[in-house]
Amino acid sequence: MPKMNLSHFEATLLFALFCSAVLGVVSKTTDKERLRYGLRSFAYFAGTVFGLGWLMYLGHR
Amino acid sequence: MSEKTAQSYPPLPPLKQWLLPVLLAWVIPGGGHFMLKRHYRGAILAGSVLIMFVLGLLMRGYMFEPMSGDLLTTIIYTGGFIADMSAGVLYFMAKWFGYAAPDIAGHTVDYGTKFLVAAGLFNILAMVDAFEIASGRKQ
Repeated sequence: MPKMNLSHFEATLLFALFCSAVLGVVSKTTDKERLRYGLRSFAYFAGTVFGLGWLMYLGHR
Repeated sequence: MSEKTAQSYPPLPPLKQWLLPVLLAWVIPGGGHFMLKRHYRGAILAGSVLIMFVLGLLMRGYMFEPMSGDLLTTIIYTGGFIADMSAGVLYFMAKWFGYAAPDIAGHTVDYGTKFLVAAGLFNILAMVDAFEIASGRKQ
């Protein structure tokens, strides 16, 4: 079985993508709400990743 | 207050109404939704759980075994074991084919471990959703 090496950024974005998809599917009642919730959730995840990434970068300078 | 609580939580529907979809949702990720004719939602759930689990395996994530000791160790290892096992047939197939990655340090292995646990937790969410659909609390 091949071994996969992902960077922190790739791994967190993949996690965010699938987590948002699942949260969107299970938490809302209409398709439009599900899509909107999933996209918003992904945006929050991605924003948090960028924010924490910059915070750690600036904190270690 | 108590009246409001009683309204928010309707009584548990009969077991035969929801047991099979919930069991199927555990064993085959997305299976409960397919059984309840929610095909595209089942496909998204199945795909998400499957891809997360396979990525976890490819990153050589550690699969938890129940372990006792101090409180934190017990919670982490037993909780991790339950979450891993919640991925249903994926977990049992991985064990059956002899997957046993060691718990070693490194960010890739750590992500792999978290991906395996997350796949199981996603499947728990799918099981709860299947329960709500089968019991008529959700469309």
